[in-house]
Parts: sequence; C-alpha cells; structure tokens
Amino acid sequence: MIYFDNSATTKVDDQVLETYNKVSQNIWGNPSSLHAWGEKAFNLLEQSRKQIADLMHCNADEIYFTSGGSEGDNWAIKGTAMEKMPYGKHLITSSVEHPAVSNTMAHLKKMGFEVTYLPVDKEGRVSAKDLKAAIRKDTVLVSIMAINNEIGTIEPIDELAKVLEDYPKIHFHVDAVQAIGKGIDDLLANPRIDLMTFSGHKFHAPRGIGFMYKKRGRMIQPLIDGGGQEKALRGGTENLPAIAGMAKALRLLLDNETEKVAMQREIKQKIYNHIVNFDKVHIFSQPTAQFAPHILCFTIDGVRGETIVHAFEKYGIYISTTSACSSKKGTIAGTLNAMHVPESIASSAVRISLDEHNTMAEAEEFIKVFDQLYEKFKMINS
Amino acid sequence: MQYSEIMVRYGELSTKGKNRKNFIDRLAYNVRQALHEFTQLKITAHRDRMHIQLNGEDSNLVMERLNQVFGIQNYSPSIKVERDIEAVKAKAVEMMKEKYHAGMTFKVNTRRSDHQFEYDTNAMNDLLGGAILSSFDDIHVKMKNPDVTLRCEVRPDGIFLSFGKIPGAGGLPVGTAGKAMLMLSGGIDSPVAGYLAMKRGVDIEMVHFFSPPYTSEQALNKAKELTAKLAPYVGKIKFIQVPFTEIQETIKHDVPEGYLMTIQRRFMLRLTEAIAKKRHGLAIFNGEALGQVASQTLESMAAINDVTTMPVLRPVVSMDKNEIIEIAQKIDTFDLSIQPFEDCCTIFAPPSPKTKPRIDKARQYEERLDVDGLIQRALDGIEITEIKVSDEFMNQDEEDFAELL
Repeated sequence: MIYFDNSATTKVDDQVLETYNKVSQNIWGNPSSLHAWGEKAFNLLEQSRKQIADLMHCNADEIYFTSGGSEGDNWAIKGTAMEKMPYGKHLITSSVEHPAVSNTMAHLKKMGFEVTYLPVDKEGRVSAKDLKAAIRKDTVLVSIMAINNEIGTIEPIDELAKVLEDYPKIHFHVDAVQAIGKGIDDLLANPRIDLMTFSGHKFHAPRGIGFMYKKRGRMIQPLIDGGGQEKALRGGTENLPAIAGMAKALRLLLDNETEKVAMQREIKQKIYNHIVNFDKVHIFSQPTAQFAPHILCFTIDGVRGETIVHAFEKYGIYISTTSACSSKKGTIAGTLNAMHVPESIASSAVRISLDEHNTMAEAEEFIKVFDQLYEKFKMINS
Repeated sequence: MQYSEIMVRYGELSTKGKNRKNFIDRLAYNVRQALHEFTQLKITAHRDRMHIQLNGEDSNLVMERLNQVFGIQNYSPSIKVERDIEAVKAKAVEMMKEKYHAGMTFKVNTRRSDHQFEYDTNAMNDLLGGAILSSFDDIHVKMKNPDVTLRCEVRPDGIFLSFGKIPGAGGLPVGTAGKAMLMLSGGIDSPVAGYLAMKRGVDIEMVHFFSPPYTSEQALNKAKELTAKLAPYVGKIKFIQVPFTEIQETIKHDVPEGYLMTIQRRFMLRLTEAIAKKRHGLAIFNGEALGQVASQTLESMAAINDVTTMPVLRPVVSMDKNEIIEIAQKIDTFDLSIQPFEDCCTIFAPPSPKTKPRIDKARQYEERLDVDGLIQRALDGIEITEIKVSDEFMNQDEEDFAELL
C-alpha cells in the first residue's frame, strides 16, 4: 500500500503507541489527585508539556492540551470572541480556512458577530494589504491558517504579523494543523502570533489529542468548563497517555526535520515534473518555497475527483479529493472555489499529501499508475 | 566563537588587605568546584587575575557556570593568537565579522605586558583598526562609547583578543565569611535570603522543619529542590530536616491561640541555634521581611528573637515583596516557591495571630511545656542530606519519563 493521504491523518508511530500503552498501564493516576500516585501522573503531564514547549521554543505555561485541531480552532476563536465581546464583535479570517475555522466563524455570525473573509489570489494566498484594509476599530480577532490543507499554500504569516504590530489588542490566531514539521518553524515562531493550534494525529500521535499555544498574558474564555484543569481554561481529566504520546511524536517529528522536509519536497517535485507535461492536467500546488513541501493538488480535467481517487485505490494507492472533511459530502473544495477556479475544473481536484516515511520508489510507482490511468481516462475524455 | 581562554577579574577582593590570599585561594577552589566536570581546563589564580585555559572545552558552557560563582567582578573570554601581526589582523577581522552590522562603531584597545614586542601600543591600535576598517563597508572608529571595543593584550606567550568584559555575579567567594544556618520554609523569601547570604560569602546549611502528616512529602521535596536551585553557587549544600510534629501538636494543645505562631517560631529558632552550635555555625539567616505577615512585625521579631543570643540575620528585611520576587525570578526559585503545598508555617496558623505579642506572655505560656524534652527529641530525629547541583526531588521519575517521551 502507498499512503499519500497524510493531511487527512497519519499512522500512529510504533514508539508513540508503546508510550501510549505504557502510560495507560502504568501511570493511570489522575494528575489532579493529591496522593503520590496522582502526583506521578501530574509530573509526567508537566514533563510532557515542558518537552513540547522546549520543542516549540516557548514557555511551558503557554502550552494547553486540547482534543485536537477542531477544538483548538473553536476554542481560540470562540474563546477570543467571548472574552473580547465588550470591545468589539468583528472577526477577520480568510476564505480558504478549514471548516473548523470557517464554520466556527459562521456560527458566531449567527450569534451577532460580523465576519470579514479576506479574498485570496490565484495561488490561494491572502495579502497584507487586504488585511490592513479590513481592520476596523471593533476588530478583535484575525484567524489565518499557516498552510492551506487543500492545496498547500503557505500563507504570508510574517507579513500579516507586521500589519498587526500596529494593532496589539487584536488576537492573532494561526491554525497550524498542517504546518508542524514542514520546514516553516521560523514562520510559526513569529512573536506577534497570540494563539496557535495543533493536532496530534497529523504527526503520528493518536487521535483525540492536540495542543494550543497561547502567548503569556493573552486572555480567552474557556470552551469547556470543568474541574480546573489546564489553569481552569480547559476542563476534563487530562488524556495523559495521548499527551505523553504526542510529546514523543513531536520530538520524533522534529528530529532531522530539514532532511525529512527536503525528501518530501523532492518527491513532490518528481511527481510534479512528470504530471505537468500532460495536457489535461491542472496543478494548483506549485513546487516553490511558497508552498508546503508535502501537498500536491491537481486535476485530470473531465474526470471527477472521486473517480480518480477510486481508480488509484485499485492499485493500492491512497490519495484524496482535496480535504478529507469535505470529500464525502461531494462539495467542491472551498479553497479552489475561493480562487475562482471554475466548478468544472475544481470538481476534478485530487490531493496527494506526503509524510516523512514516503519514498522515491513510491513516487515512481505512482507515476507508473498515473500514466496507465491517464491513458484509460482518455477514452472517456476526448 | 570558540575561545581559547577566559580571564577572570576579582571584585572587592582587591580591597581585602592581608586576607587577600585567603580570598583568592577560596575563589580558585570554588571555581574549580563549579567547573569540575570540564576536565581539560587549566586554572591558574594570580594576584590580580585568574586565567582559565579552555583547551577545547565549550566556552559557552563554562561561562554559564562562571556566572554563578560569587567573587567574580567580570571576565573576558579571549582568543589566543601567535605573536605574528598578520595572524592577529586576520583573527581580529574574523572576530569583528560576528558583531558587524552596518553603521557600527568600534575601537581597538591594546595593552602590553610584554614590551619586547615589535609594535608598541599605538602601532597595534593603528594596524588592527586599519585592518578592520578596510574589511567592512560601513564601519567607523569612535573613541567614546563605541558599539564594540576589541581588546588586544600582548603577552610573552601570545596575543589575546577579546570583546570587552562580561559582568560576573559579584559578591564575595562563598566560604570566606564563615558558616551559618538558613531557615528554609519553601516560600518565596527564604531562598532569596539564602542567595543573598551566599553572595556575601556565607557558607549556608539549610534547616527545614517538617510535620508529617500535616505537611506532605511534596512540601519536603519542594524545599529540597529549592536547595538544589541554590547549589550551583557553592557546588553542594547540606539539607537538615527537623521533625516538628510533636512540638506543633503540643503547642496547639497547650498554648492560647493568639500565641500559637509566636511560640512555634521560638521553638524553631531554639532548634536552629542548637543545630548551628553543633555544626560550628556562627549565625542564623531567615527570610523575614518587616511587616509582611503577623510574625514579621518588630514586636513579633523581638518576642521570637528572645530565645537566642546568636545573630539572626534577615537579608530581605527591608525589601518590598516585588523586589524579593524579582530576585526569586532571577535565581529561578520563584516558580517552585509558589507551588501550593502546606508547609510548617501555614498549618496551625491561627485565624488571628497576635501582631504585638508580649515577651513575658510568651515566656509564661512556655512554662507549661517541657521545652528541653521537646527540643531534644526533635534534635534526635534530625536527618541530614547533601544536595548537589542537578539533584531532582519534585519529579523523581524524570529520567524514566524522559525515556517514555
């Protein structure tokens, strides 16, 4: 099997699973318990937090554990909206966000907030100029993703941050779910970022775990009230096995990151170089530094995306129609729509997404199958 | 940049007259203790300076440790170059490259302890300055307050280049002022008091009172971990834990509520004095700050101090809480201090302790107690441990966990 759908989810790493099991079996105390058994769990919890903070080059008290990317995005946005309601009810986001952001925005809109959606250019990128023009006196939040999950655009976080330097009271949230371990750590280290959300299962940790970076001093309301966990900002007994597993997964991910990213870029480039020569192929993810190393979104005109996915599946190659979250609904990719790609083309879009375990041999196999399928689709596509 | 040598300048030591040699010997001992892991170092202490030859050891790690040694005014990491003017020029330019930014100002400051060298001070300044000026586009010479001063020292064994001075921890070498006990509770103030005592050269030992089951194992571990945080300034610190349960229970039972705190403190002071005498300590340090809580009014201090004639020194007595916290953060004890565990000072704390206790009343209430017996039994139960720099108490599983993570 060739798994090219790592932006949907990744395989849990064996070593991470080992940690998960060991913690489940041996350190199952409640970190909030007073006794030594609870204390032990508490110490592991805090050591995991410290390790993640060290890897992210921030302070341990800036890391909060969540159930994943969707919760993190909901929390950052709704938490800011609730906290800052007295100061304003205007939110800014892009028109290419993941549904965890865009639907949260839509929800808040129903509740009386105003939302401005920044347009994108033909590479799916927002501009600092548009952001500047959209900011109002009552703007309380700007939420922009770091790497687009459908076509892999790297958004100009540093340019946006520069604009926001002049508006220190606006919370700047970055959805970094697709961005961790993809060679843009400098971008994510921008000091103007206030909130940043991550999901464990995108980097070989188990499902149901994620974390949020919240800069010291920034205030947001809790999404989940409870027994005082996470400094009373996120209730619920901590999912310690998954947290420890995620700390490990993050360490493994960032180990030799440069080499791993270079390899993914090479694989992407190889496939790109091959398919770019075909008339009926449209490619949305450029092989430049302004695009993620691991995402390649393209079409074979006239063939529906799901047809392409199933055709590859017959050969044991797993790819996807843009984002996994919208693929089953058959809706057109939001990002391509926002880029004004005609529906007839957008409905053919498929996405390859790589991780550090994919190989050049897999790329060669993919190319071989691609050629066969392209020939076959010619029959219906002339 | 990989340096070849660090030159250490002493601070107040130079004013210490006849004791000077003792001070320098002690400082050299402390520096060797602090750097004992770096086996390649060659450390030589002279009358006015100390030279640490790195012999390939990592200069950043060595300097990190040096920053915590009291008695060092400042130090300069330097690079040794052979006595060849072309080699010196090349190295000077290479060093400036690391500091260079457009519009930068600099000066060269040469000093010769070897007057046989072919160029004199002014010639050296000229030659090096010229070499630097011609190697960078936008750099200027400025004599007053330049951005960067490149120091050049000509010695018989080579020429040493360095950038200015890095301030050290100041103070006096620990041990030169004798030994004393520190009453360490686990709060914010007492570790700061300990730090300040060490800064003036005092060799301190920690006295910690614990009252199981009223105080937890975590509270004890917290005090030990605080001790480990202070250990880098001396290498290692003795931690003396004193069982206090019986005394606290007895006082609670037999003493009127308003005087609970005063009498407890009097017992703590008696015990600390007894320990100090046995261990050849000359004074007692604590973290009392005037007016902070009920036990820290002048009347309270007088009523508590009544039990001893040994000097009780309070380095933070006149500091505001904010000033104490600032130091606690600097020495990295603050985050640990604010972890919420009951300690011996907070349990049995009466809701309204007397802020103006009377000495005669305190003495009168103690007459009902078997003071000598209580003290003796507590002293019999003392445990002493030696705590070193990287000892870990709060999370003893840290290494096992590191394998999991």
